[in-house]
Amino acid sequence: MNSPVMLDRRSVLVGAGALIVSFSLTPGFAQHQDVPSPTPPASPPGSLKISPYLDSWIRIDADDSVTVFTGKAELGQGFKTAFQQIAAEELDVPFASLAVVTADTGRTANEGYTAGSHSMQDSGTAIQNAAAQARALLVGEAAKRFDLPAESLRTENGAVIAPDGRRLGYGELVVSDLLHVQAQPKSQLKDPATFKVMGQSIPRVDIPGKVTGGEAYVQDMRLPGMVHARVVRPPSYGAQLIDCDTSAVEKMPGVVKVVRDGNFLAVVAAKEFQSIKAMNALSAAAKWQENVRLPKQDDLASVVTSLPSQDSVIFQRSDPSAVAQKTLEATYTRPYQSHGSIGPSCAVAHLADGKMTVWTHTQGVYPDRQAIAQMLRMPQDAMRLIHTEGSGCYGHNGADDAAADAALIARAMPGTPVRVQWMREQEHAWEPYGPAMVTKLKASLEAGGKIADWNFEVWSNTHSMRPGGAGCLLAAQHMAQAFAVPPAKPLPLPEGGGDRNAIPLYTFPNAHIVHHFIPDMPLRISAMRSLGAYHNVFSIESFMDELAGLAGADPVEFRLKHLDDQRGRDVIAKAAEGFGWRAGERPPPGRGFGFAFARYKNLAAYCAVASEVEINRETGRARLVRAVAAVDSGQVVNPDGLTNQVEGAIVQSMSWTLYESVSFDDKRITSIDWQTYPILRFDAVPDRIDVHIINRPGQPFLGSGETGQGPAAASLANAIAHATGKRLRDLPLTRKRIKDAIDA
Amino acid sequence: MMTLKVNGQDHQIDADPDTPLLYVLRDDLKLNAAKFGCGLGQCGACTVIVDGKAVFSCVTPLVLLEGKQVTTLEGLGSVAAPAPIQRAFMEEQAAQCGYCIAGMMMRAQALLQRNSKPTDDEVRAELAPHLCRCGTHMRILRAVHRAARLMDTAELTPERKGSAQ
Repeated sequence: MNSPVMLDRRSVLVGAGALIVSFSLTPGFAQHQDVPSPTPPASPPGSLKISPYLDSWIRIDADDSVTVFTGKAELGQGFKTAFQQIAAEELDVPFASLAVVTADTGRTANEGYTAGSHSMQDSGTAIQNAAAQARALLVGEAAKRFDLPAESLRTENGAVIAPDGRRLGYGELVVSDLLHVQAQPKSQLKDPATFKVMGQSIPRVDIPGKVTGGEAYVQDMRLPGMVHARVVRPPSYGAQLIDCDTSAVEKMPGVVKVVRDGNFLAVVAAKEFQSIKAMNALSAAAKWQENVRLPKQDDLASVVTSLPSQDSVIFQRSDPSAVAQKTLEATYTRPYQSHGSIGPSCAVAHLADGKMTVWTHTQGVYPDRQAIAQMLRMPQDAMRLIHTEGSGCYGHNGADDAAADAALIARAMPGTPVRVQWMREQEHAWEPYGPAMVTKLKASLEAGGKIADWNFEVWSNTHSMRPGGAGCLLAAQHMAQAFAVPPAKPLPLPEGGGDRNAIPLYTFPNAHIVHHFIPDMPLRISAMRSLGAYHNVFSIESFMDELAGLAGADPVEFRLKHLDDQRGRDVIAKAAEGFGWRAGERPPPGRGFGFAFARYKNLAAYCAVASEVEINRETGRARLVRAVAAVDSGQVVNPDGLTNQVEGAIVQSMSWTLYESVSFDDKRITSIDWQTYPILRFDAVPDRIDVHIINRPGQPFLGSGETGQGPAAASLANAIAHATGKRLRDLPLTRKRIKDAIDA
Repeated sequence: MMTLKVNGQDHQIDADPDTPLLYVLRDDLKLNAAKFGCGLGQCGACTVIVDGKAVFSCVTPLVLLEGKQVTTLEGLGSVAAPAPIQRAFMEEQAAQCGYCIAGMMMRAQALLQRNSKPTDDEVRAELAPHLCRCGTHMRILRAVHRAARLMDTAELTPERKGSAQ
């Protein structure tokens, strides 16, 4: 890859602008891309903007093997398979011949966090365009060798083929730095009508290993000489370790070391269960002074709205010609909620020859490396973070913290790989939660039954306290030379955080939308799947039903009456049709129908969900009987993968919506396992879920991993209101709340 | 030192008698399938089969397993020669992150060994101790029913690797 570049290949590149050739002798990975070079006139699509070299995405070796690199992390969404499909399609190589390498600071581009349903839009788009441009370069190289015009050649099965049947494999064609060039703004992408691999439900590449006991997760790593560590966390936020006699623990069987650094306490043992026994003994020996005062859990709405806030009007529209006749007001609340990964966080770290390697299920290897390096006061280039799958994460859980724990302990044990596994109660008590939120809505109808004015206020913390700085890591907060938690910042629109999806996609003549950003964080919070969109869509779409009721209109028709966006209208129509929605239809006794819609972030995938719910009036128990969703995520790469994501979103959102809230007393988190933080079990699983996909060939990929969270919640709430005649506005919609509403 | 029979093979185990089976499987025998989820018997991720019954390996101490037969997911089949339950989960694409799946499969396997044609209600009731956070439940249910059909077919064909005991 490092022999001199051949400048004559610039003629083969498609699109405008000069070919930029790097003379760097290093591979084109992200961390090496600070080579001074002119900037192309327009930026290339997706993450090619941040990492423009083709060979930071696609590598072809002399033996014809093709490797695709993504800076995103596989979190159980299945995109690794989708990326492999995209590259196989645009490169014209067999699907099975490709390998995909995911987030690794030593090998892949810095694509920041794998979050916000950005993987397909950012990385998928980069891979698609890089593959297309690589293919064009290969064709150009073959044209030169065949001495034929490029237009006369075709590609198939990893080779360029001449009209007379002569064939040059990609491995033979990739000489020197053929792919070490910057991407062009435009690529000659394939016509979607000719797709052979994209658009197919190719089985996921990771499932066979996972269903046969293969080494699939960071939890399964076993490095030679590896030891097992457990951390003893404080009993509450901010507690100080005032005394800990470690001598007895140090003599326990298998114990290798006790690590104490300020309020950071951990024990290391040769075998895993020895480390757990030692952790229990160490925990009993530790004396803490608890300082914190947590807010009142049963009064969260007034706690949240009375905290100091920075207020901004995020949307304003006025049309005095719309005259208000009837007005409705409502307040909706959401408690703190847990990611609740089934596998508690885990990481392996190894300090060898002054270099630290951490295997972690973080969502962002680069920002997490920056944070851990700062914590350890090590240069970043002495540290490598390798994403290794963990249990599904659904946002910022304990992954980054466990990585920091492992690194801090491994620093105390040079040469020895250290595996840190969090316990269940640690994950539940210390993960950063999805923040509590409050929304207040007020709207009026005009004489014709349309909405005349719409007022929406949302109170929320930020929805990201992800590392970047060390202060976001528990270990760094707890160590003697502690790092302070950095001040919270609101996430900017259009994507937003607490105000994500606070602006409805509907068109109202008058609208006023306010974001009350709350900097104080009484509980540790951060990003949880869909951020503020879950509660904002729950609120907006519940309120739309309340207004439809006031107008005497069918909820689906009422939505369509206020929606101009054609793709939005299409998913609404599709979900209604798939459900068999009929205006005014009476459900069977004890049942109700509900509907909801949103476009995630107002810029990603569209999703509409229709639900049928069954209520036991004696107990108040609600069960989702069936749900029908329609989704438009642009060009579909793997229909079954998309269906799996949307099905999962509906089921998970149902669990959040019916059951889940973090509980705490004045000092401590009290929801610390699955008894105290109950989630969905199989007895409440729906009879069926149908997902209808509206494919948009050739359109950009629209992130869809989170699009279902809000619509599923509101659809369920609307069905409960339909079944009971009572509107519930405080999440979760528990059996008790439903029973109380029925009895009221 | 005690002898533990796992997936048909005897192993000499040097661990304290109170060590939960989960850690013996993962730490001593280097098996991946049984997962740590809660250590409390609340989530099912650690489920294995002991003498035909599904048990939580995270709360089953080694001392109780003398003379018993332990089967893990690894003992059912492999990628190259998957057992019916494994084939069914592959064919239904019944996983997202997949962390809970091995435990689910072991309980389903134990169910199907004693009841080859469970009703949907029976499958749901049987899987009640298991949690899945990705929301893959619909696929898991389909996969268990598919496995029942595959096992039914497999019984008609000559000896096939894959049944636990």
